[in-house]
Amino acid sequence: MSFIQNTDSDREEMLRATGVSSFEQLLSPVDPALRVKGDLKLGRPMSETEVRSHVGAMASRNRPAGSLASFLGGGIYDRFIPATVRYVLSRSEFYTSYTPYQAEVSQGTLQAIYEYQTMIARLTAMDAANASMYDAATSLAEAMFMACSIKRSDRILVPAALSTRVRAVLESYAAGRRIRIEEVPWTDEGTMDLGRAEELFSEKASALVMANPNYFGMIEDAARISDLAHSKGALLVALVDPVSLALLSPPGEYGADIAVGEGQSLGIPQSFGGPLLGFMAARQEYIRKCPGRLISATTDIDGKRGYVMTLQTREQHIRREKATSNICSNEGLCALSAAVYLSTMGEDGFREVARQSAAKSHALYRLLSGVEGCVMPFGDNFFQEFVVRMPGSSESFLSQARAEGILGGIPLSGDYPLLGGDAILVAVTEKRTRAEIEKYGDIAAGKGGGR
Amino acid sequence: MVPEECRFTKEHEWVYAEDDVAVIGISDYATGELGDIVYVELPEVDTEVQQMDPIGTIEAVKTVAELFSPVSGTIIEINEEIIEDPETVNKSPFEDGWFIKVKMDDPGELEVLFSYEEYQEFLGEQAGE
Amino acid sequence: MSATIFEKGTGGVSGRYIPENDFPEERIDDLISRSGEVGLPRIGQQDLIRHYVELASKNYHIDKGMYPLGSCTMKYNPVVNEEIARLDGFTGLHPAQDEEDVQGALELIYNLESALCEITGMSAFSLQPVAGAHGELTGMMIARDYFRGRGEDRNVVIVPDSAHGTNPASVVICGFTPKTIPSNDKGLIDPEILEKEVNEKTAVFMLTLPNTLGLFEKEIARIIEIVHRAGALVYMDGANMNALLGLVRPGSIGIDIMHVNLHKTFATPHGGGGPGSGPVGVREHLVDFLPVPRVVREGGGFAFDHVSEKSIGKVHSWYGNFNVFVKAYAYICACGASGLRAVSENAIINANYLMSRIGKWYDIKYPGPCMHEFVASGRNLKAHGVRTTDVAKRLLDYGLHAPTVYFPLIVEEALMIEPVETEKRETLDHFASVMERISIEARENPQILHDAPVTTPVRRLDEAAAARNPDLCWAGPAGGPE
Repeated sequence: MSFIQNTDSDREEMLRATGVSSFEQLLSPVDPALRVKGDLKLGRPMSETEVRSHVGAMASRNRPAGSLASFLGGGIYDRFIPATVRYVLSRSEFYTSYTPYQAEVSQGTLQAIYEYQTMIARLTAMDAANASMYDAATSLAEAMFMACSIKRSDRILVPAALSTRVRAVLESYAAGRRIRIEEVPWTDEGTMDLGRAEELFSEKASALVMANPNYFGMIEDAARISDLAHSKGALLVALVDPVSLALLSPPGEYGADIAVGEGQSLGIPQSFGGPLLGFMAARQEYIRKCPGRLISATTDIDGKRGYVMTLQTREQHIRREKATSNICSNEGLCALSAAVYLSTMGEDGFREVARQSAAKSHALYRLLSGVEGCVMPFGDNFFQEFVVRMPGSSESFLSQARAEGILGGIPLSGDYPLLGGDAILVAVTEKRTRAEIEKYGDIAAGKGGGR
Repeated sequence: MVPEECRFTKEHEWVYAEDDVAVIGISDYATGELGDIVYVELPEVDTEVQQMDPIGTIEAVKTVAELFSPVSGTIIEINEEIIEDPETVNKSPFEDGWFIKVKMDDPGELEVLFSYEEYQEFLGEQAGE
Repeated sequence: MSATIFEKGTGGVSGRYIPENDFPEERIDDLISRSGEVGLPRIGQQDLIRHYVELASKNYHIDKGMYPLGSCTMKYNPVVNEEIARLDGFTGLHPAQDEEDVQGALELIYNLESALCEITGMSAFSLQPVAGAHGELTGMMIARDYFRGRGEDRNVVIVPDSAHGTNPASVVICGFTPKTIPSNDKGLIDPEILEKEVNEKTAVFMLTLPNTLGLFEKEIARIIEIVHRAGALVYMDGANMNALLGLVRPGSIGIDIMHVNLHKTFATPHGGGGPGSGPVGVREHLVDFLPVPRVVREGGGFAFDHVSEKSIGKVHSWYGNFNVFVKAYAYICACGASGLRAVSENAIINANYLMSRIGKWYDIKYPGPCMHEFVASGRNLKAHGVRTTDVAKRLLDYGLHAPTVYFPLIVEEALMIEPVETEKRETLDHFASVMERISIEARENPQILHDAPVTTPVRRLDEAAAARNPDLCWAGPAGGPE
């Protein structure tokens, strides 16, 4: 299937008009010795029908979490997505447009992103948000750079109860500038050990990162952590779950300087982990240090309200090696998803999503509390995700659950040996039903199968 | 400040000396090239600078220029008004739009800078390029 | 101008989208610590859809018309790819699922990597970087760890002055120092200058091929040889790979590391700024440094390999923008070997044809055959008081999108034009004739250009006011009591 529309005679006429007799003449700057000999080994072109069946067959060789009862989380969640999101996202006015460099013909994208920025700023209670980043991990890495540049120290403190994947991204970003990342351990309650954090501050650090809820789902004492960071002259960088913010105190309320997080929960399919949506919000005084695009409202020469990309002198296309970041393409369409999702669900619907996620995860927690041999090491001060140690091996529990259409959780023992052999991370979103949650409990209690 | 009485740099900055205090700004040619100035970052008072040290930035909508100190010395005053209202630099580059005042270590340094006439010649050469 | 969703969504009623809570007995009030409402809209579905449809109507997009943005490769995005990418078997996958349940996804990743290797001549690819700049950064990390591993203290990356701004920015993030070298009077890298600049401190020479002027570096073989002789690596920014498909394989001519942009060369949509995908490829000696995990064949199927001692680690939370891979893979399947070659041939023919037409009215600083794009200059209009911005804005009035303007920096009043292969000759003719008309208008009645655009949803916007006092979020009330 070719998407080229010119015919052979078009090409001949165009070559003639260009003043050459053959295509080869146009390639004269390319040394023939460097040219590909023969055809690439990629096979013949496929028709649309063949493409659909070939690639479609790959889709059918998967068993998607979305069609099972998924209790998988760890940053990516199986959530309800209203039809409005797919409808808006499939409009080619949005998905086939480019970065809004010509503002006059990009007002749709610009206004939508401005509204997205507003929603993120409101969710986090911060002064302003940017137009999106790649994902939570890279947003946190950029926040790390910001903090190091603002506070002029190349050392930051991060919680040990952080996703190992996020941690790995931080490490690879930090290595170039030799930024030192040190870990604050967790307490018996699974939250940040403030005493240890204080000790680690005996040497200057640019930022204290707090994940709230942390990777184990636990809610941190954000206000105290914030006070500690500020009393030590460091910034507080909050890594937050956007859905939790419908219920939990937002970063702006406890004085965070920069807030980042993963926006996948806001109307974006799981899609095997990408594309995602990194969001970043900051206090007013740090906006000029922010990476990425920012959309501002302004007026046109007739005084009509309109939107433009602004503070572009921070960015790579103008400031080059002195830019705040190298980011150019971002996750604009995912930001649009988030805006449509949040405006569809609205204040009340969004809060209901958060309430149900909390209620259902606590229901499963209580259910498992009654199962002999199940241990929840950290108590119930969590939002929608918690750690549990299964009576037998986690592996056999997870495989049995999977056989019964339940994805039981993410094994933690490999990445967090301190948690003991059979710990798993269980997430419960608003999508899970009473029947699924009860079935989960039954399998944990060894009463699976047959039902 | 009367432009004719100022000294100039290749970076289109002007210096007006009152005894050992140098008032520093950017020329109307510079503001014309930059366009609307939207943000100015200035050093802190009491900062010690060497001649031609970068000491701040001048941002227009789609360009950034660095501000250099044309003389060595200590910064004794910065123009808060242009931080509040950067447009002032466009409106009045030689008067209200001044940037900083430096107490010079060596007023003799001014000698290496362009005179008004030399600067006009320099602009002419640039335009010819 | 459209009111914001917050204004429209004040005091309304949202629809009900999720079922009643089937655990009403569960008390969670103790968890609640947020003091007030978020400030989200409350709006009914019809008005919500109208809001976004109204916004949609204010966008230019490829399905509406030609998008001649240089270095952006705005080609047609096949609609079937959107359909395929939306299959639940792809969108419903959680990245932590058991490998047995995601065999199709792993196969797709594996096949796409293999295809990219075949197209570029590189030995292996990582699909983890999600944008071109992200790929550059990943490539720099690979170079950094490669030299650290060898105990070589090399900290300089040489970049030509025609480079995209992301290049030096990526270099700096990775802890390297960028060193810019000037292009010669033909717009190309000068091997003599390069020779003088490379030394034992040089880690990488980073180039774009063809370069941002749309020119193929005639001396590329010598350039690569110079860099290699100094013990450094050559990085190729593959943003312009649309010129080379089936014609030149970077890996086969000695490029050590490169990235490709799936959202340019392989027809995945740009989404108003993203998501993109910027896979990084390396030659044999650098394979161990690629990000983890990598997809490998195992038994009769596919598996993740998480372990590599030398790997730079990770650059994304998971595996990159998987949903973009699906579309790019479908595109490569549709094109096949012959189709991909035809893509580049047609892109090159279209660009040269358009250059010959536009060159009659606008200055072409570097004449001679171009590859997939070329750079014109509006400098001969300056005498009439007209700038390139004015030409760009006037194009909008004619219902077209403007080219990339004021880039590359080495061309005064630059208009960087990339017509891409999917545009038909008649469309190019139309664009050329509009450009001609605009150049006549500039001479006869420049005021029309200064006033442009007049037919767009808004006219020229006050960017200075926005930059002086940014208004980044709506301050008015939202929601209101139900």
